[in-house]
Amino acid sequence: MSSQPLVEIRDVNFTYDARPVLKGINMTFHRGKVIAVMGGSGCGKTTLFRLIGGALKPTKGEVKIDGQVMHELDQKELYAMRRKMGVLFQFGALFTDMSVYDNVAFQMREHTDLPEEMIRDLVMMKLHAVGLRGTHALMPAELSGGMARRVALARTVALDPMLILYDEPFAGLDPISLTVVGNSIRRLNNALGATSVVVTHDVQESLKIVDYIYFIADGVIVAEGTPAEIQASDKPFVHQFVHGEMDGPVPFHYPSASYQQDLGVRA
Amino acid sequence: MPIVSSVKRVGHRAVDTIWRIGYSTRFFGLILLHSGPSFRRFHLIIRELFFTGVMSLIIILVAGLFVGVVLGLQGYETLKSYGSESALGTLVALSLVRELGPVLAALLFASRAGSAMTAEIGLMKATEQIAAMEMMAVNPIARVVAPRFWAGVISMPLLAAMFSAMGVFGGYLVGVVFIGVDEGSFWSQMQGSVDFQHDILNGVLKSFVFGVAVTVISLFEGFDAPPTAEGVSGATTRTVVQSSLAILLLDVILTALMFRGL
Repeated sequence: MSSQPLVEIRDVNFTYDARPVLKGINMTFHRGKVIAVMGGSGCGKTTLFRLIGGALKPTKGEVKIDGQVMHELDQKELYAMRRKMGVLFQFGALFTDMSVYDNVAFQMREHTDLPEEMIRDLVMMKLHAVGLRGTHALMPAELSGGMARRVALARTVALDPMLILYDEPFAGLDPISLTVVGNSIRRLNNALGATSVVVTHDVQESLKIVDYIYFIADGVIVAEGTPAEIQASDKPFVHQFVHGEMDGPVPFHYPSASYQQDLGVRA
Repeated sequence: MPIVSSVKRVGHRAVDTIWRIGYSTRFFGLILLHSGPSFRRFHLIIRELFFTGVMSLIIILVAGLFVGVVLGLQGYETLKSYGSESALGTLVALSLVRELGPVLAALLFASRAGSAMTAEIGLMKATEQIAAMEMMAVNPIARVVAPRFWAGVISMPLLAAMFSAMGVFGGYLVGVVFIGVDEGSFWSQMQGSVDFQHDILNGVLKSFVFGVAVTVISLFEGFDAPPTAEGVSGATTRTVVQSSLAILLLDVILTALMFRGL
Protein backbone atom coordinates (compact mmCIF):
# COMPACT_ATOMS: atom_id res chain seq x y z
CA MET A 1 0.00 0.00 0.00
CA SER A 2 1.46 3.37 -0.99
CA SER A 3 2.23 5.82 1.82
CA GLN A 4 1.10 8.72 -0.38
CA PRO A 5 -2.30 10.06 0.75
CA LEU A 6 -5.18 8.98 -1.47
CA VAL A 7 -6.91 12.37 -1.43
CA GLU A 8 -5.22 15.75 -1.10
CA ILE A 9 -7.27 18.92 -1.02
CA ARG A 10 -5.06 21.97 -1.38
CA ASP A 11 -6.23 25.54 -0.76
CA VAL A 12 -9.63 24.87 -2.32
CA ASN A 13 -11.92 27.84 -2.78
CA PHE A 14 -15.35 27.59 -4.33
CA THR A 15 -17.64 30.47 -5.15
CA TYR A 16 -21.27 30.06 -6.15
CA ASP A 17 -22.94 33.11 -7.75
CA ALA A 18 -20.27 35.40 -6.24
CA ARG A 19 -20.99 33.87 -2.79
CA PRO A 20 -17.92 32.16 -1.30
CA VAL A 21 -18.91 28.65 -0.17
CA LEU A 22 -15.46 27.21 0.59
CA LYS A 23 -12.51 29.38 1.58
CA GLY A 24 -9.02 27.89 1.49
CA ILE A 25 -9.78 24.30 2.51
CA ASN A 26 -6.82 21.94 3.09
CA MET A 27 -7.40 18.27 3.87
CA THR A 28 -5.47 15.02 3.56
CA PHE A 29 -7.17 11.62 3.49
CA HIS A 30 -4.82 8.70 4.10
CA ARG A 31 -5.38 5.27 2.60
CA GLY A 32 -7.38 2.77 4.60
CA LYS A 33 -8.92 5.44 6.86
CA VAL A 34 -12.52 6.50 7.45
CA ILE A 35 -12.74 10.28 7.59
CA ALA A 36 -15.75 12.36 8.58
CA VAL A 37 -16.41 15.85 7.26
CA MET A 38 -18.87 17.56 9.60
CA GLY A 39 -20.64 20.84 9.91
CA GLY A 40 -24.07 22.39 10.12
CA SER A 41 -26.47 22.61 7.21
CA GLY A 42 -25.25 24.92 4.45
CA CYS A 43 -21.63 24.97 5.67
CA GLY A 44 -20.24 23.69 2.36
CA LYS A 45 -20.04 19.94 3.09
CA THR A 46 -21.98 18.83 0.03
CA THR A 47 -20.04 21.25 -2.18
CA LEU A 48 -16.82 19.65 -0.93
CA PHE A 49 -18.32 16.22 -1.62
CA ARG A 50 -19.11 17.24 -5.21
CA LEU A 51 -15.62 18.70 -5.64
CA ILE A 52 -14.05 15.40 -4.57
CA GLY A 53 -16.31 13.51 -6.98
CA GLY A 54 -15.30 15.83 -9.82
CA ALA A 55 -18.86 17.10 -10.31
CA LEU A 56 -17.67 20.68 -9.61
CA LYS A 57 -14.45 22.52 -10.36
CA PRO A 58 -12.82 24.60 -7.61
CA THR A 59 -12.59 28.34 -8.20
CA LYS A 60 -9.04 28.11 -6.82
CA GLY A 61 -6.85 25.29 -5.56
CA GLU A 62 -7.01 21.60 -6.42
CA VAL A 63 -8.41 18.24 -5.39
CA LYS A 64 -5.93 15.47 -6.07
CA ILE A 65 -6.99 11.82 -5.98
CA ASP A 66 -4.41 9.09 -6.37
CA GLY A 67 -1.99 11.70 -7.70
CA GLN A 68 -4.38 13.10 -10.34
CA VAL A 69 -5.85 16.61 -10.22
CA MET A 70 -9.60 16.14 -10.66
CA HIS A 71 -10.43 19.34 -12.51
CA GLU A 72 -7.69 18.72 -15.08
CA LEU A 73 -9.18 15.39 -16.20
CA ASP A 74 -11.16 15.21 -19.43
CA GLN A 75 -14.47 13.30 -19.41
CA LYS A 76 -12.87 9.98 -20.33
CA GLU A 77 -10.23 10.27 -17.63
CA LEU A 78 -12.83 11.48 -15.12
CA TYR A 79 -15.03 8.45 -15.85
CA ALA A 80 -11.96 6.18 -15.52
CA MET A 81 -11.28 7.73 -12.11
CA ARG A 82 -14.93 7.40 -11.06
CA ARG A 83 -14.80 3.67 -11.80
CA LYS A 84 -12.38 3.48 -8.89
CA MET A 85 -14.76 5.44 -6.67
CA GLY A 86 -18.05 4.56 -5.02
CA VAL A 87 -20.63 7.14 -3.98
CA LEU A 88 -23.51 6.60 -1.58
CA PHE A 89 -26.12 9.33 -1.97
CA GLN A 90 -28.18 10.71 0.87
CA PHE A 91 -31.30 8.63 0.21
CA GLY A 92 -29.58 5.83 -1.69
CA ALA A 93 -30.60 6.96 -5.21
CA LEU A 94 -31.46 3.39 -6.17
CA PHE A 95 -32.76 3.02 -9.72
CA THR A 96 -36.47 2.67 -9.11
CA ASP A 97 -37.19 0.80 -12.35
CA MET A 98 -34.74 -2.00 -11.46
CA SER A 99 -34.85 -4.75 -8.83
CA VAL A 100 -32.39 -4.83 -5.93
CA TYR A 101 -30.39 -7.45 -7.84
CA ASP A 102 -30.20 -5.36 -11.02
CA ASN A 103 -29.21 -2.26 -9.02
CA VAL A 104 -26.22 -4.04 -7.50
CA ALA A 105 -25.34 -5.69 -10.82
CA PHE A 106 -25.63 -2.37 -12.72
CA GLN A 107 -21.97 -1.33 -12.66
CA MET A 108 -20.73 -4.87 -13.23
CA ARG A 109 -22.79 -5.06 -16.41
CA GLU A 110 -21.82 -1.56 -17.53
CA HIS A 111 -18.10 -1.75 -16.87
CA THR A 112 -17.07 -5.40 -17.06
CA ASP A 113 -17.48 -8.34 -19.41
CA LEU A 114 -18.11 -10.79 -16.58
CA PRO A 115 -20.46 -13.68 -17.41
CA GLU A 116 -23.91 -13.46 -15.87
CA GLU A 117 -23.25 -16.45 -13.55
CA MET A 118 -20.26 -14.67 -12.03
CA ILE A 119 -22.20 -11.41 -11.73
CA ARG A 120 -24.89 -13.36 -9.87
CA ASP A 121 -22.36 -14.69 -7.36
CA LEU A 122 -20.81 -11.25 -6.85
CA VAL A 123 -24.20 -9.58 -6.38
CA MET A 124 -25.17 -12.19 -3.79
CA MET A 125 -21.87 -11.67 -1.98
CA LYS A 126 -22.33 -7.90 -1.88
CA LEU A 127 -25.91 -8.24 -0.67
CA HIS A 128 -24.82 -10.79 1.92
CA ALA A 129 -22.24 -8.30 3.21
CA VAL A 130 -25.04 -5.83 4.05
CA GLY A 131 -27.36 -8.57 5.32
CA LEU A 132 -29.91 -8.27 2.50
CA ARG A 133 -29.29 -11.29 0.27
CA GLY A 134 -32.94 -12.23 0.74
CA THR A 135 -34.17 -9.01 -0.87
CA HIS A 136 -32.57 -9.53 -4.28
CA ALA A 137 -35.89 -9.97 -6.07
CA LEU A 138 -37.58 -6.96 -4.47
CA MET A 139 -38.04 -3.55 -6.07
CA PRO A 140 -36.66 -0.44 -4.29
CA ALA A 141 -40.21 0.72 -3.49
CA GLU A 142 -40.67 -2.43 -1.39
CA LEU A 143 -37.72 -1.63 0.91
CA SER A 144 -37.67 0.43 4.10
CA GLY A 145 -35.44 3.53 4.20
CA GLY A 146 -32.71 1.70 6.12
CA MET A 147 -32.81 -1.31 3.80
CA ALA A 148 -32.65 0.94 0.72
CA ARG A 149 -29.55 2.62 2.17
CA ARG A 150 -27.92 -0.78 2.73
CA VAL A 151 -28.73 -1.95 -0.80
CA ALA A 152 -27.25 1.32 -2.06
CA LEU A 153 -24.18 0.56 0.03
CA ALA A 154 -23.88 -2.86 -1.62
CA ARG A 155 -24.18 -1.16 -5.02
CA THR A 156 -21.56 1.45 -4.02
CA VAL A 157 -18.96 -1.24 -3.29
CA ALA A 158 -19.95 -3.41 -6.27
CA LEU A 159 -16.63 -2.88 -8.05
CA ASP A 160 -14.46 -2.78 -4.90
CA PRO A 161 -13.65 0.96 -5.08
CA MET A 162 -10.51 2.48 -3.62
CA LEU A 163 -12.38 5.59 -2.45
CA ILE A 164 -15.93 5.59 -1.09
CA LEU A 165 -17.86 8.83 -0.57
CA TYR A 166 -20.90 8.89 1.69
CA ASP A 167 -23.31 11.83 1.58
CA GLU A 168 -25.29 11.99 4.82
CA PRO A 169 -25.52 8.19 5.16
CA PHE A 170 -27.29 8.41 8.54
CA ALA A 171 -30.02 10.90 7.60
CA GLY A 172 -33.53 9.78 8.50
CA LEU A 173 -32.61 6.32 9.85
CA ASP A 174 -34.02 4.59 12.93
CA PRO A 175 -31.50 3.70 15.68
CA ILE A 176 -31.11 0.07 14.55
CA SER A 177 -30.56 0.99 10.87
CA LEU A 178 -28.19 3.75 12.01
CA THR A 179 -25.97 1.24 13.81
CA VAL A 180 -26.18 -1.27 10.95
CA VAL A 181 -25.22 1.32 8.33
CA GLY A 182 -22.46 2.75 10.55
CA ASN A 183 -20.94 -0.67 11.19
CA SER A 184 -21.24 -1.62 7.52
CA ILE A 185 -19.29 1.49 6.50
CA ARG A 186 -16.44 0.62 8.84
CA ARG A 187 -16.49 -3.11 8.08
CA LEU A 188 -16.59 -2.69 4.29
CA ASN A 189 -13.82 -0.10 4.41
CA ASN A 190 -11.59 -2.50 6.32
CA ALA A 191 -12.50 -5.49 4.14
CA LEU A 192 -11.83 -3.61 0.88
CA GLY A 193 -8.79 -1.71 2.12
CA ALA A 194 -10.51 1.39 0.80
CA THR A 195 -10.61 4.99 2.02
CA SER A 196 -13.99 6.34 3.08
CA VAL A 197 -15.14 9.94 3.37
CA VAL A 198 -18.36 10.42 5.32
CA VAL A 199 -20.03 13.79 4.93
CA THR A 200 -22.45 14.02 7.82
CA HIS A 201 -23.77 16.00 10.74
CA ASP A 202 -24.47 12.93 12.87
CA VAL A 203 -21.83 13.38 15.56
CA GLN A 204 -22.45 10.43 17.86
CA GLU A 205 -22.59 7.76 15.14
CA SER A 206 -19.56 9.20 13.35
CA LEU A 207 -17.41 9.34 16.46
CA LYS A 208 -17.88 5.57 16.81
CA ILE A 209 -16.66 4.59 13.36
CA VAL A 210 -14.25 7.18 11.95
CA ASP A 211 -10.49 7.66 12.31
CA TYR A 212 -10.33 11.40 11.77
CA ILE A 213 -12.79 14.30 11.71
CA TYR A 214 -12.82 17.70 10.01
CA PHE A 215 -15.28 20.36 11.11
CA ILE A 216 -16.35 22.96 8.57
CA ALA A 217 -18.19 26.16 9.39
CA ASP A 218 -18.78 29.10 7.02
CA GLY A 219 -16.58 27.48 4.38
CA VAL A 220 -13.43 27.06 6.51
CA ILE A 221 -12.07 24.23 8.64
CA VAL A 222 -12.67 25.26 12.26
CA ALA A 223 -11.41 22.07 13.92
CA GLU A 224 -9.92 18.69 13.14
CA GLY A 225 -8.66 15.67 15.00
CA THR A 226 -9.26 12.11 16.07
CA PRO A 227 -12.59 11.25 17.74
CA ALA A 228 -10.89 11.37 21.17
CA GLU A 229 -9.40 14.82 20.45
CA ILE A 230 -12.74 16.11 19.18
CA GLN A 231 -14.61 14.85 22.23
CA ALA A 232 -12.07 16.49 24.53
CA SER A 233 -12.02 19.73 22.54
CA ASP A 234 -12.87 22.94 24.36
CA LYS A 235 -13.31 24.96 21.17
CA PRO A 236 -16.71 26.67 21.46
CA PHE A 237 -17.95 25.58 18.01
CA VAL A 238 -16.90 21.94 18.47
CA HIS A 239 -18.34 21.87 21.96
CA GLN A 240 -21.67 23.25 20.78
CA PHE A 241 -21.81 20.85 17.83
CA VAL A 242 -20.75 17.69 19.67
CA HIS A 243 -23.11 18.34 22.58
CA GLY A 244 -25.94 19.67 20.45
CA GLU A 245 -26.31 22.94 22.36
CA MET A 246 -28.98 25.37 21.12
CA ASP A 247 -26.95 28.53 21.40
CA GLY A 248 -23.27 29.31 21.02
CA PRO A 249 -21.03 30.35 18.13
CA VAL A 250 -23.88 29.16 15.90
CA PRO A 251 -26.67 31.42 17.19
CA PHE A 252 -30.24 30.22 17.72
CA HIS A 253 -31.64 33.40 16.15
CA TYR A 254 -31.21 34.27 12.51
CA PRO A 255 -29.74 37.82 12.26
CA SER A 256 -32.59 40.32 12.42
CA ALA A 257 -33.64 43.71 13.77
CA SER A 258 -34.19 43.89 17.53
CA TYR A 259 -37.21 42.03 18.93
CA GLN A 260 -38.66 45.25 20.37
CA GLN A 261 -38.34 46.99 17.03
CA ASP A 262 -40.12 44.14 15.20
CA LEU A 263 -42.95 44.12 17.75
CA GLY A 264 -43.19 47.92 17.69
CA VAL A 265 -42.41 48.21 21.42
CA ARG A 266 -40.32 51.12 22.77
CA ALA A 267 -37.27 50.06 24.73
CA MET B 1 -39.90 52.63 -14.21
CA PRO B 2 -42.64 50.06 -14.98
CA ILE B 3 -41.68 50.38 -18.68
CA VAL B 4 -38.04 49.64 -17.86
CA SER B 5 -38.97 46.59 -15.80
CA SER B 6 -41.33 45.35 -18.56
CA VAL B 7 -38.58 45.71 -21.16
CA LYS B 8 -36.19 43.92 -18.80
CA ARG B 9 -38.69 41.10 -18.34
CA VAL B 10 -39.21 40.73 -22.09
CA GLY B 11 -35.43 40.78 -22.57
CA HIS B 12 -34.94 38.10 -19.94
CA ARG B 13 -37.59 35.91 -21.53
CA ALA B 14 -36.07 36.35 -24.98
CA VAL B 15 -32.59 35.46 -23.68
CA ASP B 16 -34.00 32.50 -21.77
CA THR B 17 -35.87 31.24 -24.86
CA ILE B 18 -32.78 31.53 -27.07
CA TRP B 19 -30.71 29.81 -24.40
CA ARG B 20 -33.20 26.94 -24.18
CA ILE B 21 -33.32 26.53 -27.97
CA GLY B 22 -29.53 26.37 -28.06
CA TYR B 23 -29.35 24.04 -25.08
CA SER B 24 -32.02 21.67 -26.48
CA THR B 25 -30.27 21.62 -29.88
CA ARG B 26 -27.02 20.69 -28.15
CA PHE B 27 -28.93 18.08 -26.17
CA PHE B 28 -30.30 16.61 -29.44
CA GLY B 29 -26.74 16.52 -30.80
CA LEU B 30 -25.54 14.70 -27.69
CA ILE B 31 -28.32 12.12 -28.05
CA LEU B 32 -27.22 11.38 -31.61
CA LEU B 33 -23.57 11.33 -30.55
CA HIS B 34 -24.24 8.82 -27.76
CA SER B 35 -26.69 6.61 -29.65
CA GLY B 36 -24.12 3.97 -30.55
CA PRO B 37 -24.35 2.02 -27.26
CA SER B 38 -28.16 1.93 -27.54
CA PHE B 39 -27.94 0.03 -30.82
CA ARG B 40 -25.20 -2.26 -29.55
CA ARG B 41 -27.49 -3.12 -26.61
CA PHE B 42 -30.76 -3.14 -28.47
CA HIS B 43 -32.63 -4.69 -25.54
CA LEU B 44 -32.56 -1.23 -23.93
CA ILE B 45 -34.51 0.17 -26.89
CA ILE B 46 -36.87 -2.83 -26.93
CA ARG B 47 -37.71 -2.21 -23.28
CA GLU B 48 -38.51 1.44 -23.96
CA LEU B 49 -40.48 0.49 -27.10
CA PHE B 50 -42.76 -1.47 -24.82
CA PHE B 51 -43.36 1.49 -22.51
CA THR B 52 -43.72 4.17 -25.17
CA GLY B 53 -45.18 2.18 -28.06
CA VAL B 54 -47.05 -0.85 -26.79
CA MET B 55 -48.48 0.95 -23.77
CA SER B 56 -49.82 3.70 -26.07
CA LEU B 57 -51.56 1.22 -28.38
CA ILE B 58 -54.97 1.13 -26.68
CA ILE B 59 -55.48 4.90 -26.69
CA ILE B 60 -54.24 5.11 -30.30
CA LEU B 61 -56.50 2.31 -31.57
CA VAL B 62 -59.61 3.54 -29.75
CA ALA B 63 -59.04 7.15 -30.84
CA GLY B 64 -58.37 6.00 -34.42
CA LEU B 65 -61.63 4.06 -34.50
CA PHE B 66 -63.64 7.01 -33.19
CA VAL B 67 -62.06 9.46 -35.63
CA GLY B 68 -62.74 7.05 -38.53
CA VAL B 69 -66.38 6.67 -37.49
CA VAL B 70 -66.84 10.44 -37.28
CA LEU B 71 -65.12 10.92 -40.65
CA GLY B 72 -67.43 8.28 -42.16
CA LEU B 73 -70.53 9.97 -40.81
CA GLN B 74 -69.51 13.53 -41.70
CA GLY B 75 -68.06 12.50 -45.06
CA TYR B 76 -71.15 10.60 -46.07
CA GLU B 77 -73.41 13.56 -45.26
CA THR B 78 -71.28 15.94 -47.35
CA LEU B 79 -70.67 13.56 -50.27
CA LYS B 80 -74.36 12.58 -50.43
CA SER B 81 -75.32 16.13 -51.40
CA TYR B 82 -73.04 15.80 -54.48
CA GLY B 83 -74.15 12.23 -55.22
CA SER B 84 -70.60 11.00 -54.61
CA GLU B 85 -71.14 8.60 -51.69
CA SER B 86 -68.92 6.05 -53.42
CA ALA B 87 -65.93 8.37 -52.82
CA LEU B 88 -66.31 7.90 -49.05
CA GLY B 89 -63.37 5.47 -48.95
CA THR B 90 -61.12 8.00 -50.67
CA LEU B 91 -62.11 10.81 -48.32
CA VAL B 92 -61.61 8.74 -45.17
CA ALA B 93 -58.29 7.26 -46.30
CA LEU B 94 -56.72 10.47 -47.60
CA SER B 95 -57.80 12.49 -44.55
CA LEU B 96 -56.30 9.89 -42.26
CA VAL B 97 -53.13 8.94 -44.09
CA ARG B 98 -52.09 12.46 -45.06
CA GLU B 99 -53.22 14.45 -42.06
CA LEU B 100 -55.25 13.14 -39.18
CA GLY B 101 -53.31 9.93 -38.60
CA PRO B 102 -49.87 11.48 -38.11
CA VAL B 103 -51.12 14.63 -36.34
CA LEU B 104 -53.64 13.11 -33.93
CA ALA B 105 -51.47 10.09 -33.16
CA ALA B 106 -48.57 12.47 -32.39
CA LEU B 107 -50.77 14.63 -30.14
CA LEU B 108 -51.93 11.53 -28.26
CA PHE B 109 -48.36 10.23 -28.12
CA ALA B 110 -47.17 13.53 -26.62
CA SER B 111 -49.88 13.42 -23.96
CA ARG B 112 -49.47 9.75 -23.09
CA ALA B 113 -45.83 8.77 -23.68
CA GLY B 114 -44.12 12.20 -23.85
CA SER B 115 -45.45 13.38 -20.49
CA ALA B 116 -44.52 10.01 -18.93
CA MET B 117 -40.95 10.29 -20.25
CA THR B 118 -40.58 13.82 -18.85
CA ALA B 119 -41.97 12.84 -15.46
CA GLU B 120 -39.81 9.72 -15.25
CA ILE B 121 -36.55 11.48 -16.11
CA GLY B 122 -37.45 14.51 -13.99
CA LEU B 123 -38.06 12.24 -11.00
CA MET B 124 -34.85 10.32 -11.68
CA LYS B 125 -33.06 13.65 -11.48
CA ALA B 126 -34.93 14.76 -8.34
CA THR B 127 -34.06 11.50 -6.56
CA GLU B 128 -30.38 11.76 -7.62
CA GLN B 129 -30.55 8.66 -9.84
CA ILE B 130 -29.06 10.62 -12.75
CA ALA B 131 -26.29 11.99 -10.52
CA ALA B 132 -25.64 8.49 -9.17
CA MET B 133 -25.28 7.17 -12.72
CA GLU B 134 -22.78 9.96 -13.53
CA MET B 135 -20.79 9.10 -10.42
CA MET B 136 -20.74 5.45 -11.52
CA ALA B 137 -19.02 6.61 -14.72
CA VAL B 138 -22.12 5.79 -16.79
CA ASN B 139 -23.23 8.52 -19.18
CA PRO B 140 -26.96 9.13 -18.54
CA ILE B 141 -27.47 10.48 -22.06
CA ALA B 142 -26.25 7.16 -23.49
CA ARG B 143 -27.90 4.91 -20.89
CA VAL B 144 -31.22 6.65 -20.12
CA VAL B 145 -31.96 9.24 -22.80
CA ALA B 146 -30.82 7.72 -26.12
CA PRO B 147 -32.79 4.42 -25.80
CA ARG B 148 -35.94 6.41 -25.02
CA PHE B 149 -35.31 8.72 -27.96
CA TRP B 150 -34.97 5.88 -30.46
CA ALA B 151 -37.95 4.04 -28.99
CA GLY B 152 -40.05 7.18 -29.50
CA VAL B 153 -38.78 7.72 -33.04
CA ILE B 154 -39.42 4.09 -34.01
CA SER B 155 -42.83 3.77 -32.37
CA MET B 156 -44.33 7.06 -33.60
CA PRO B 157 -44.71 6.11 -37.33
CA LEU B 158 -46.00 2.66 -36.32
CA LEU B 159 -48.59 4.17 -34.01
CA ALA B 160 -49.65 6.66 -36.69
CA ALA B 161 -50.04 3.80 -39.19
CA MET B 162 -52.18 1.87 -36.73
CA PHE B 163 -54.24 4.98 -36.03
CA SER B 164 -54.90 5.40 -39.78
CA ALA B 165 -55.68 1.70 -40.29
CA MET B 166 -58.13 1.72 -37.40
CA GLY B 167 -59.66 4.95 -38.73
CA VAL B 168 -60.18 3.39 -42.18
CA PHE B 169 -61.84 0.44 -40.47
CA GLY B 170 -64.09 2.87 -38.53
CA GLY B 171 -65.04 4.63 -41.78
CA TYR B 172 -65.79 1.26 -43.39
CA LEU B 173 -67.86 0.19 -40.41
CA VAL B 174 -70.10 3.25 -40.45
CA GLY B 175 -70.15 3.80 -44.24
CA VAL B 176 -70.46 0.27 -45.59
CA VAL B 177 -71.84 -1.81 -42.73
CA PHE B 178 -74.30 0.64 -41.17
CA ILE B 179 -75.18 3.19 -43.90
CA GLY B 180 -74.91 0.83 -46.86
CA VAL B 181 -72.36 2.45 -49.18
CA ASP B 182 -71.27 -0.07 -51.82
CA GLU B 183 -68.36 -2.08 -50.45
CA GLY B 184 -66.67 -2.56 -53.82
CA SER B 185 -66.61 1.15 -54.67
CA PHE B 186 -65.53 2.05 -51.10
CA TRP B 187 -62.37 -0.05 -51.39
CA SER B 188 -61.66 0.34 -55.11
CA GLN B 189 -61.93 4.15 -55.05
CA MET B 190 -59.66 4.20 -52.02
CA GLN B 191 -57.15 1.96 -53.76
CA GLY B 192 -57.26 4.06 -56.91
CA SER B 193 -56.78 7.44 -55.28
CA VAL B 194 -54.30 6.77 -52.46
CA ASP B 195 -50.79 6.94 -53.86
CA PHE B 196 -48.12 5.01 -51.98
CA GLN B 197 -45.33 7.54 -52.33
CA HIS B 198 -47.28 10.79 -52.38
CA ASP B 199 -49.71 9.96 -49.61
CA ILE B 200 -48.54 7.05 -47.49
CA LEU B 201 -44.79 7.74 -47.48
CA ASN B 202 -45.35 11.45 -46.87
CA GLY B 203 -47.60 10.54 -43.94
CA VAL B 204 -44.92 8.24 -42.55
CA LEU B 205 -42.32 10.98 -42.98
CA LYS B 206 -44.56 13.42 -41.13
CA SER B 207 -45.03 11.05 -38.21
CA PHE B 208 -41.27 10.39 -38.11
CA VAL B 209 -40.59 14.15 -37.84
CA PHE B 210 -43.29 14.50 -35.16
CA GLY B 211 -41.74 11.56 -33.31
CA VAL B 212 -38.32 13.23 -33.26
CA ALA B 213 -39.80 16.57 -32.12
CA VAL B 214 -42.02 15.14 -29.37
CA THR B 215 -39.36 12.81 -28.01
CA VAL B 216 -36.62 15.45 -27.94
CA ILE B 217 -38.92 17.96 -26.22
CA SER B 218 -40.06 15.34 -23.66
CA LEU B 219 -36.55 14.16 -22.86
CA PHE B 220 -35.09 17.66 -22.74
CA GLU B 221 -37.81 18.94 -20.40
CA GLY B 222 -37.28 15.96 -18.09
CA PHE B 223 -33.51 16.35 -18.09
CA ASP B 224 -33.73 20.10 -17.53
CA ALA B 225 -36.49 19.96 -14.88
CA PRO B 226 -35.66 21.56 -11.52
CA PRO B 227 -35.29 18.66 -9.05
CA THR B 228 -38.47 19.44 -7.09
CA ALA B 229 -42.10 18.27 -7.24
CA GLU B 230 -43.08 21.67 -8.64
CA GLY B 231 -40.26 21.54 -11.18
CA VAL B 232 -41.25 18.11 -12.49
CA SER B 233 -44.95 19.01 -12.75
CA GLY B 234 -44.07 22.23 -14.60
CA ALA B 235 -41.82 20.32 -16.98
CA THR B 236 -44.55 17.77 -17.70
CA THR B 237 -47.00 20.54 -18.54
CA ARG B 238 -44.43 22.25 -20.78
CA THR B 239 -43.86 18.96 -22.61
CA VAL B 240 -47.52 18.61 -23.57
CA VAL B 241 -47.94 22.28 -24.52
CA GLN B 242 -44.68 22.62 -26.49
CA SER B 243 -45.05 19.23 -28.19
CA SER B 244 -48.60 20.03 -29.31
CA LEU B 245 -47.55 23.41 -30.72
CA ALA B 246 -44.47 21.89 -32.36
CA ILE B 247 -46.59 19.18 -34.01
CA LEU B 248 -49.06 21.70 -35.43
CA LEU B 249 -46.33 24.09 -36.61
CA LEU B 250 -44.33 21.30 -38.22
CA ASP B 251 -47.52 20.02 -39.84
CA VAL B 252 -48.09 23.39 -41.49
CA ILE B 253 -44.52 23.43 -42.82
CA LEU B 254 -44.49 19.80 -43.94
CA THR B 255 -47.94 19.97 -45.58
CA ALA B 256 -46.89 23.09 -47.49
CA LEU B 257 -43.70 21.38 -48.67
CA MET B 258 -45.24 18.00 -49.47
CA PHE B 259 -48.61 18.73 -50.94
CA ARG B 260 -48.36 22.27 -52.32
CA GLY B 261 -44.86 21.90 -53.65
CA LEU B 262 -43.64 25.09 -51.94
